[in-house]
Amino acid sequence: MALLEVKDLVVSYGAIRALHGISFYVDQGEIVTLIGANGAGKSTTLRTISALQRADSGQITYDGKDITRASASAIVHQGLIQVPEGRRIFAPLTVRENLEMGAYSRKDKEEVAASMEYVFQLFPRLKERLEQAGGTLSGGEQQMLAVARALMAKPRLLLMDEPSMGLAPILVEEIFDIIQEINAQGVTILLVEQNAHMALSIANRGYVLETGTIQLEGPAKELAANPQVQEAYLGGG
Amino acid sequence: MVATQTHKEQIREAPIQRRDGMILNQLSQGLFALFGLIVVYILGRALFENPGLFMQQVLNGLELGFIYALIALGYTMIYGIVKLINFAHGDVFMVGSFASFYAISILDLHRWPAWIWPGMSSTLVMIIGTITIILISMFVSGLLAVVMERFAYRPLRNKPRIAALITAIGVSFFLEYFGALPFVFTNNYITYDRPFDVTVYSAGEISPVVIGVMWGLLVISLVAYFMLRTQAKSGDMKAQAWLRHPLLQFGWLFGGFFAFVLTLAGIHLESGGKVWDLSVSNVTLVIMGASILLQVLLQFVVTQTQLGKAMRAAAYDKDAARLMGINVDLVIASTFALGGGLAGAAGVLYATAFKQVYYLMGIIPGLKAFVAAVIGGIGSIPGAFLGALIMGQTEVLSAGFISTPMRDAISFSLLIIVLLVWPQGIFGEPPGEKV
Repeated sequence: MALLEVKDLVVSYGAIRALHGISFYVDQGEIVTLIGANGAGKSTTLRTISALQRADSGQITYDGKDITRASASAIVHQGLIQVPEGRRIFAPLTVRENLEMGAYSRKDKEEVAASMEYVFQLFPRLKERLEQAGGTLSGGEQQMLAVARALMAKPRLLLMDEPSMGLAPILVEEIFDIIQEINAQGVTILLVEQNAHMALSIANRGYVLETGTIQLEGPAKELAANPQVQEAYLGGG
Repeated sequence: MVATQTHKEQIREAPIQRRDGMILNQLSQGLFALFGLIVVYILGRALFENPGLFMQQVLNGLELGFIYALIALGYTMIYGIVKLINFAHGDVFMVGSFASFYAISILDLHRWPAWIWPGMSSTLVMIIGTITIILISMFVSGLLAVVMERFAYRPLRNKPRIAALITAIGVSFFLEYFGALPFVFTNNYITYDRPFDVTVYSAGEISPVVIGVMWGLLVISLVAYFMLRTQAKSGDMKAQAWLRHPLLQFGWLFGGFFAFVLTLAGIHLESGGKVWDLSVSNVTLVIMGASILLQVLLQFVVTQTQLGKAMRAAAYDKDAARLMGINVDLVIASTFALGGGLAGAAGVLYATAFKQVYYLMGIIPGLKAFVAAVIGGIGSIPGAFLGALIMGQTEVLSAGFISTPMRDAISFSLLIIVLLVWPQGIFGEPPGEKV
């Protein structure tokens, strides 16, 4: 059974319909990517899964349970964690406090401390900046902090919204290496990206979203070789 | 292309518009500067002619400022998290005063330790009783603020901000005129029995040891502060964390203000016909102590606890906070509870200082505290504290040396002057910092 299954999801902002009934699934242990242009509805999909946005109709099933009407915090408690678009770290809070907020849903102090050690292994630079305000970090460091903060919640499924946005190419590669490393530790990943090339290079499967509907789907390698995808998202191949 | 042209036109027009306004701006700035100079002259002359009287007024201003500080903290915290100017906050303060009035005059709760242990020393009874009264009042006001948030503000949270603002004004009127009903608080001025007896200390009655301890506390915390700062700058992360710890703040705030007040009151001087003989009452000391303690406790909650960190996180970015599993509704309710609680404590202190309660008593202190929060930079906790102390001094000094009936006008004009210089308030963050 799929870890996350989205069925006929319809979402609108006021009178404007953003998603016209999309369906997809993510299996345990996979990296699945959702690619598409600006305004295709990628972020809306993630926001709806995390209950920041209400669905008009359709169903979201996570780990066998219907979470379409669950509260945002109930979803986080079940290990479905999102790294939002634009990092959204808490600028006035220190790096340590940001990480503590990531672990907000967890009560076991020792395990949280262990998670913090794990996060420092992944991002040694954060350890040096622990008492600094999050807003004083560089863009790359902020993205690391956003990922680290999500890992502090001990995710089973990590939703990542545009982790490469606004980063230098070297940092993009670093982030994608880390995503693969996190996935190797057993965390399932749903990756939303405009950088289709990078996303398809690490994903198992992919979906192409266009103006609120899923146009194409399939194994990442096949999508990367698809002439339509190449023309629209991979700069003509 | 069209867009670029319009843009250019705007740029061309802008300086002309500014030049039109400049003469007026300069004129008004000049007027304010003149006004400021006159005020400085009047106050300077008063200080020179009778420094003792002047400093006595400063002490009175501190007392008032510390009360305003507790109210202003609520304004600033609530604004910080829901971007709402809670105009009913002054009435929460009023209800807090009445809660303590009933607890004292009807239930006699300020003497409860004496019922249980009749042999207890009266000082101890007074101390425990006063703390009890403050806690009761804080509880009632905190609860009122939470109820207010739940039923009046939460349903409007995703509506335009003006809706909640107008609702706040409505809630304020509701609390005032519900209070005016004959079976509630009535529309009379009611004499308030203090939870403790007043003692006035003048020079010679204050033990030099106490004064010394306070100076010691101030010096130790300042030394600790500078040592930690040098270490923090060299990259020591423990020092960086300790630098933000409220304990340090408590040291220099408590030590500093008590050293200042007790030293002023503890000195007796006579020279050239001028007498320096100030007195300070235990009411002032209780107000100062309670206000500093509560503000440091608030800082502790905000910086050291999960709830406080969640409050700051939600104040910065509610959706991101939800993604952390933070229950934002609960965090907002807790903010109202804390802000209301502080206003309740202020209610007890204010009633203790002025010995009366009245159903409209919340309006002026509420507005003063609001102005204080804006002057300090709304959303900033240290700003609210500093702004309130400034407001207290302005009110008392203008009443004492400029014009008693004009004191409120003068203190509210201060808002305009400060906002001309610092549009964001003293500690306010410039807009557009949030990315």
